[in-house]
Amino acid sequence: MLQQLGQLPMGLLLIALIAVFGSAAFFLGRVRAERLLVATTSRMHSRPNYHGYYVAMWATVPVVIVAIAYAIFAEDLTRIQLTRELPSSFARLSPVELQSYLESVRMAAGTAASAGADRVFQAITNRYLELRGLINTATLVLLGLMAAVGIFLAQRRLKPDFRARALVENGMELVLFVCAGVAIATTAGIVLSLLYESLQFFQKVSAWDFLTGTRWNAQTEAEFGALPLFFGTFMIALIAMLVAAPIGLFSAIFLSEYASPRARAWIKPILEILAGIPTVVYGFFALLVVAPAIRSAALWFNETAIQLGLASEPILAAQPTSALAAGLVMGIMVIPFVSSLSDDVINAVPQTLRDAAYALGATKSETVKQVVVPAALPGIIAALLLAVSRAIGETMIVVMAAGKSARISMDPTSDLTTITVQIVSLMTGETGFDDPKTLSAFALGLVLFIVTLAFNVVALRVVKKYREKYD
Amino acid sequence: MTDKARKSAPSAASAKHLKRRRAADFRFRYYGLTAIFVALGALAVLVLTIGSQAVSAATYHVVRYEVTLDPAVIAPEGASSPQDISRNVEGFYSLVRDNLLTTFPEVGEDRMLRREISDFVTRLAVLPTARMVAEKPELVGANITLTAPLNDDLDLYLKGQGVRERKLPAGVLSRIETGAEGTYRLSGTDAFAGVMAGLAVANVDRPVDAGQPDVLLSAGVSTGRLTAIDAGSARMELLTGRAEDFAQGRPTARIIASPESERTISDRQIAWVLALKEMGRIDRVPRWTLLTNSDSTYPELAGGLAAIVGSLLTMLITAMVAMPIGILAAVYLEEFAPRNRVTEFIEVNINNLAAVPSIVFGLLGAALYINFLGMPRSAPLVGGLVLALMTFPVVIIASRAALKAVPPSVRSGALAVGASQMQTVFHHVVPLAAPGILTGAILGMARALGETAPLLLIGMVAFVGDVPRSPTDESTVMPVLIFSWANNAERSWEPLTSAMIIILLTFLLVMNGLVVFLRRKYERRW
Repeated sequence: MLQQLGQLPMGLLLIALIAVFGSAAFFLGRVRAERLLVATTSRMHSRPNYHGYYVAMWATVPVVIVAIAYAIFAEDLTRIQLTRELPSSFARLSPVELQSYLESVRMAAGTAASAGADRVFQAITNRYLELRGLINTATLVLLGLMAAVGIFLAQRRLKPDFRARALVENGMELVLFVCAGVAIATTAGIVLSLLYESLQFFQKVSAWDFLTGTRWNAQTEAEFGALPLFFGTFMIALIAMLVAAPIGLFSAIFLSEYASPRARAWIKPILEILAGIPTVVYGFFALLVVAPAIRSAALWFNETAIQLGLASEPILAAQPTSALAAGLVMGIMVIPFVSSLSDDVINAVPQTLRDAAYALGATKSETVKQVVVPAALPGIIAALLLAVSRAIGETMIVVMAAGKSARISMDPTSDLTTITVQIVSLMTGETGFDDPKTLSAFALGLVLFIVTLAFNVVALRVVKKYREKYD
Repeated sequence: MTDKARKSAPSAASAKHLKRRRAADFRFRYYGLTAIFVALGALAVLVLTIGSQAVSAATYHVVRYEVTLDPAVIAPEGASSPQDISRNVEGFYSLVRDNLLTTFPEVGEDRMLRREISDFVTRLAVLPTARMVAEKPELVGANITLTAPLNDDLDLYLKGQGVRERKLPAGVLSRIETGAEGTYRLSGTDAFAGVMAGLAVANVDRPVDAGQPDVLLSAGVSTGRLTAIDAGSARMELLTGRAEDFAQGRPTARIIASPESERTISDRQIAWVLALKEMGRIDRVPRWTLLTNSDSTYPELAGGLAAIVGSLLTMLITAMVAMPIGILAAVYLEEFAPRNRVTEFIEVNINNLAAVPSIVFGLLGAALYINFLGMPRSAPLVGGLVLALMTFPVVIIASRAALKAVPPSVRSGALAVGASQMQTVFHHVVPLAAPGILTGAILGMARALGETAPLLLIGMVAFVGDVPRSPTDESTVMPVLIFSWANNAERSWEPLTSAMIIILLTFLLVMNGLVVFLRRKYERRW
């Protein structure tokens, strides 16, 4: 019996119960309020619906809290109790082995088909289900009680002059505030998880060695000098910006200063399609078209240089995946980030400035170069900074087209690796969370987070300052 | 006076200066135009290359096999329940293989040739037929036409992509003499002059030798390989069919540039596939399996159903979490929040979160959901939650813009007739802002649908052969499937990957189309 209870689909059940309790409570509260309305001679403060909501609030809030507690603690509680009851032979197991054993127990309990397993395992699985059943029953009983008590207490408070609406609205406002607080919680979650795992990593590898070491061999020999990764990231972002900055800026200038409104209405959305294409598509494009083209161009260059007697051996590495391929494609991807924001700030430059320049006899291009762009410069710089931050954090293009060898090489046709590539390759393996390999991914993530955050903060500051100037 | 003097006599230097300035002005305009064309050109190249690849994967070749469903083979004694039949891949496969062996008697007992002919169909390709027969047991013993997809390399060959070849007509052959061990001497007046010219273009004078291009000659269902050639005659090794076929009409010569050892398909397989085509047993049909099959290690069987369902489940979770939280948070910040430090801090957080690299959210998901909370790896539940954290700042920013656009007069009006703040917001402001909020939410979801990197970190990259049925099942999503397929080395995965990309882009296009539609229909300027 308990074992069957242990297999209840608690997630669905809890959600269903919350819905059932909530609507039942609402109905009860409303009916009671309607009766009050008929019975009373004075006016009710709040409409019956609000009384219903009030009772529903009392019925669901405690239930939700219990359900969340269940979701977090049920599994842990079961495991703690189960570990206590295990035969003494299990004492030899290391904590990690024990956890993976318990995990397999959980899996077996979930499928309920543990045929063929040994008797001890079977017995433990059954005991696990019993414990689980106990906790499930206790939770359900507790839930029912809390909902009943909640409804009862709330019902008793309903009176004609009861300020149900004010209380419900206060409750709603609290819910809204909590939703807004999720933003803080997310940031805190990111910072804490990155810091926690990174600190564990830095206990094994010194932070100084990590930041300044030039040898990266996380997969095998466990050398954690991340400088080649920083270099690769920087190099590819630089190539990307060399593509995106001129194209994006000139596009923005053309769109805002030269293009007819009709052309602008067409070209701007089309350019923004570039930002909407998933990055994995760019990665595939880089892999399929750009990287082979760059490789053959580099090979041709090597051959010609040798034929012309300019070099005795190949100058360029001409590898199948290259920093140049990844950088070029990434550049295409970030064009709209540069062009859209620059376009906005160029448009925000007051027409009076242009008119003044024309009045002095400046040509259109001189006006743009000497008046409009300098006036929009802070905004343009912010756009470029945001684009750089995008390029640094971009993952799929480099994972697919930039290669995996950590080296410091100025040759753009050699394959370089980046922070994001290494995070992906370190995290996709099947390793535990206490392995320095996995932990180093979090240290890299921390660096990435700090760098992109710095770019964003500076960019947002610049934009804010600039806006104050013309509004 | 001075003005007039200046106007009437511009110095040569200043005229030159003016010309230079005008030229610079002209150039500057074209820099801008060039930039636009480069950007649009890049987009066009990207769409066209992927689109053209995808078109080739939209159809594929299937072969028809007339087989008798021999009960002894597909439903032997003791294994004849529908369930057994649906699992009897080996039995159905042997029917197909035997059919090929009778079609091409030259295979005989030769083990090499048997292996080459078994490459035509993969075992799992008969699974749909097995399932169909299991559902209709009355078919056992009947004659049916079994269709199975052709091997991916041969499929590419028939589409003209796998192997580079040049087709040339040969002349009429007047004499066919039989030589030793299946070789024949073919002759006719200048019959091979055209082929010789073709070989000269390819920079070789003889076929035959190892490492040289092959010349295949086919007539009807028969094909042979030329081993020596001059303008009037050639020696041919018959690969399949009968030598007499070559006496009728003008045979077709195929010059295949890459030698057999460098190809994934052999000359004999080409001969067989040409013969099957000539017999009318190969059809090029739309590849619906791309939408109805799940992932497979065989390109001709692989499809995206599991990934599409996985994406939908993931998006469901993301929408259920990110949309309510995002919208309610936006309502709070825009309508209720007092201007204080806490509010400001929340706003700074949201702006920064929107710019945090997506991979960092993947790290957060791995550390928080999987390591700390012990949720299952590779599950749409975790994927959806990770993407929800990533999406909700976008939803907040869009919703706030929509709320801000509702004029204050609406609020004042509602408050003036006695509505509370909460009633004003939820009865009047939010409904008016709803189209804007919805478009923002859809755009955020579209971004999440195309996201790959964070999902790699929570293990959604594993091979998943079954359609997930609940958010806690192991699953993958469309972009991750594209990533896995793009990493496969075989050439035939490229068109498939492109086709999958087009499917993903179609989803995104529909979502963005919906946004445009909503904006057109409901956008109000106050």
